[in-house]
Amino acid sequence: MSRPASSLYEPHRRIRVLAGPVFGAACFLATLTGVVVLSVLLGSIIATVLHRPGVHPWYDVASNTRDLYEFLKALVTRVRSRDPALAGFRIGIVGSLWLLVLVAVFAIPVGIGAAVFLEEYAPPGRLRRVIQTNIANLAGVPSIVYGILGLALFVRAFGLNRLALGPTLWAGGLTLGLLILPVIVIATQEALRTVPSSLRQAALALGATHWQVIRDHVLPVALPGILTGTILGLSRAIGETAPLLMVGAAGSILRLPRGPGDRYTALPVEIYNYAKEPSAEFSTIAAGGILILVVLLLSMNAVAIFIRNRYSRSVRG
Amino acid sequence: MSLPEIPVVSASSKVPAPSGVPAPSPAPAPVPPEAGPVLAAYHLSVWYGTSLALKDVTIEIPRNQITALIGPSGCGKSTLLRCFNRMNDLIPGARTEGVILCDGKEITSPDTDPVALRRRIGMVFQKPNPFPKSIHENVAWGARINGYRGNMDDLVERSLRRAALWDEVKDKLHRSGMDLSGGQQQRLCIARTLAVEPEVILMDEPCSALDPISTARVEDLMDDLKSEYTIVIVTHNMQQARRVSDMTACLMLDEDSRDKNRIGVIAEFSSTDLLFTNPKDPRTEAYITGRIG
Ligand SMILES: Nc1ncnc2c1ncn2[C@@H]1O[C@H](COP(=O)(O)OP(=O)(O)OP(=O)(O)O)[C@@H](O)[C@H]1O
Ligand SMILES: [Mg+2]
Repeated sequence: MSRPASSLYEPHRRIRVLAGPVFGAACFLATLTGVVVLSVLLGSIIATVLHRPGVHPWYDVASNTRDLYEFLKALVTRVRSRDPALAGFRIGIVGSLWLLVLVAVFAIPVGIGAAVFLEEYAPPGRLRRVIQTNIANLAGVPSIVYGILGLALFVRAFGLNRLALGPTLWAGGLTLGLLILPVIVIATQEALRTVPSSLRQAALALGATHWQVIRDHVLPVALPGILTGTILGLSRAIGETAPLLMVGAAGSILRLPRGPGDRYTALPVEIYNYAKEPSAEFSTIAAGGILILVVLLLSMNAVAIFIRNRYSRSVRG
Repeated sequence: MSLPEIPVVSASSKVPAPSGVPAPSPAPAPVPPEAGPVLAAYHLSVWYGTSLALKDVTIEIPRNQITALIGPSGCGKSTLLRCFNRMNDLIPGARTEGVILCDGKEITSPDTDPVALRRRIGMVFQKPNPFPKSIHENVAWGARINGYRGNMDDLVERSLRRAALWDEVKDKLHRSGMDLSGGQQQRLCIARTLAVEPEVILMDEPCSALDPISTARVEDLMDDLKSEYTIVIVTHNMQQARRVSDMTACLMLDEDSRDKNRIGVIAEFSSTDLLFTNPKDPRTEAYITGRIG
């Protein structure tokens, strides 16, 4: 107590100075883990694809790239076949694109609408908390459970044959839509919560209605976050296999779906089917399918980033 | 606490203010809207949750004049201001008791539409909060959502001119309002408020982020606006209150309450000249001479 005040401070200079870089290095390692795993994964898939008789040496990047391109192009144009030389993913790719559209049309408006209701309109209270908790829990339900739900609800309609959709694109799209609904709702809610209340107050003080504030200020500012969540959800839907197996995308189908009421198969399902085949040629084809899927997902993310940048440049939210 | 003498009503008023007559009791006598105060609160108390923030406030805001609210931090100036355009509705747990009249009509009753009320009673916030949109859109938006059918570019120019911002932004109307400096943003917020042509403008420390030049401009602007608008301004700057306002209300924290809560009350409300030269309440005197607060 009698010590002078200055001796009460022990600044621990060495530890303070060291702690920062150590923490930074640990975070860098964590980042590296993801990057390394991803590159090893992609590299091994590309290696599998290129591992065919008569290939160029690995350092001939130009020829290898051309080879890879030709191979993927062939896979995109061919349909399922017992002969590895003729096999491809055309039907699955078209099926997956159909699913993407159906999921987007169903899940985006419903998900954003639910989130806007919960954040902007629902009176705070017990009911809202219960709904909120349930949505958070739904996001963690295994996808196969959604497959079972989709089978009972959409494919069979609990035995009401006139309402049953059968193993069609409608059933698959709605099932995947339900699957990603919680993801979209939660991401949208998070985005809406980041809108500063000073912005709402500014708009309301001008005599705006609640709806005008939501339309012109809240949603535009929240849009980048909403987009990110939505694309995340759609990417998940595109990669799902298990629920689609449940709702009937399993069969080998040799013609393109003619509409959303038609039977279909999807890219991951076809990859799964090829990967089950014993011969090595088919694993090459399966690896090629995975590459196509990755390209599809990356271009979806690129579109999202593009829209986001363009949008935030024009309003600077 | 008793009501101050009847506020000096502006010269343009049709009914001369009776001087020396004691103020009317809580229920205001039916006066033609044009003559009476544009805004008035009688025995207004405001709670946030269970804590009382403002107690038994009675104040009449005269038309076409500038009324300043001064007082120490936390005494409820912003709270009182927010009561007048019902922004307190947005704060969960906020509750008011008492009567608030706008042109003689009760604004706290459930059948008053806060949306319509806020259009008539504009507000400039303490922190500049422009929309993350273009400068043009910042001004035009409020008019558009209120169904303005005139020439929008003219309105934007007129509003920006009145807010003394036009010359600085006329070449970059498409640029984001967020790119402006703090002082320019505040004037943009004033322009945005003017564009919807309210009757009353509530200003919550509009100059606290401004340099002396911008402050002087805003003060000039308020003087200009006085002929058409009624202005209520919160300020911590005594000189500013003295310079711009016709009436001044000094709020204080009531110290002697049972549960140690500090509650805002109106210590004194009178014409600015009187309040600053001859304060009746010792707390007011202490505050304006800088001895407390
Ligand atoms: N949103 C709120 N929720 C709870 N209490 C609040 C809220 N806003 C204000 N208060 C309380 O009400 C009292 C008055 O606050 P108010 O903001 O009106 O003060 P003020 O006079 O504007 O102060 P300042 O000059 O610092 O801006 C304070 O005790 C404050 O803690
Ligand atoms: Mg305040």
